[in-house]
Amino acid sequence: MSSAQLLASGELLHGDVPLGEAIAFWVFGPIALFGALGMVLARNAVHSALSLVATMMSLGVFYLIQQGPFLGLVQVIVYTGAIMILFLFVLMLVGRDSSDSLVEVLRGQRTAAVVLGVGFAVLVGATVGHAIGDTKPVDLDAQNAGGSNVQSIAQLLFTKYLMAFELTSALLITAAVGAMVLAHVERDGRKRTQKSYAQARIRSGRPQPLSPPGVMSSGNHIGTPALLPDGTPLRESVSRYVPSPLHRDAQIEQLERARVAERRQADALEDRA
Amino acid sequence: MNPSYYLILSALLFTIGAVGVLVRRNVIVVFMCVELMLNAVNLTLVTFSRINGTLDGQIMAFFVMVVAAAEVVVGLAIIMSIFRTRRSASVDDATLLKY
Repeated sequence: MSSAQLLASGELLHGDVPLGEAIAFWVFGPIALFGALGMVLARNAVHSALSLVATMMSLGVFYLIQQGPFLGLVQVIVYTGAIMILFLFVLMLVGRDSSDSLVEVLRGQRTAAVVLGVGFAVLVGATVGHAIGDTKPVDLDAQNAGGSNVQSIAQLLFTKYLMAFELTSALLITAAVGAMVLAHVERDGRKRTQKSYAQARIRSGRPQPLSPPGVMSSGNHIGTPALLPDGTPLRESVSRYVPSPLHRDAQIEQLERARVAERRQADALEDRA
Repeated sequence: MNPSYYLILSALLFTIGAVGVLVRRNVIVVFMCVELMLNAVNLTLVTFSRINGTLDGQIMAFFVMVVAAAEVVVGLAIIMSIFRTRRSASVDDATLLKY
């Protein structure tokens, strides 16, 4: 027996609920209430979303202890698992730092809204409390006997409510197609490929990337070598296949060195002779 | 305590959601307030189901959840496309139909 069933079990005494359920209500009721208040009052939208998660979790617990275990778990899986994650995704995409402005666009709108809210709450709460007050709940023990809540729901869903159930499939497919149509972005012009990027770069007149920080480059040409901190050119900074004064100088130097070596060899031969 | 406490709690949650829709400017927070109102009504349906001793209320709450899921998908897609064209997530900036 799960803890939720344990809380919900027990005889109903004169319209009252079992003690375990009352304790759960007085623990999770304030959590739900403060979560809802926090959602409305938080400036940061991410904090609002997290407060709403707390409220929805508490509502899931209420469904569990009110003899609706299937609905309680669906609440946790669908609402806090899927819908709130979708909300957080969109929050991250739309910019979570876009906090509300404190400027009132219509004067006195906030006060009016709060007065309206308090009036509405008093009206509905008083009406419901007066109308339901002493009614003894019938309870769902017969439908949930032996943990068969899911079977009972399925029985109703696939007989009495079959038409509505089929219609929800049309609703869901329409929503999926609608979301795809709304989120689709039309591309302007042709798709850019690696080839077109390379061509545009060569045509731009500056095919090489900018020199990295810490390396001084005295020119913009691909054959200009980078300079080391002491001012000497860095030979590795220029490709061997690019015509560059650096390489020309290096080749002349190499030829000179070869010539000197040759002459020294000739002198040595001459001395020996 | 009797089950009508749940109804009073759900009336309070619904009121907080309604006031949030009126007061907040961020379109995503407004949308979350609408979700809170739907959830409050779901709690009412589940409580009525228990008071009446039939499962029809739970089935209704189940359908409300399905419709809410579809509504969130389409609504968030609309918010994304508005944000893409207007670079704003405030309900005050979407006034093109007003003039």
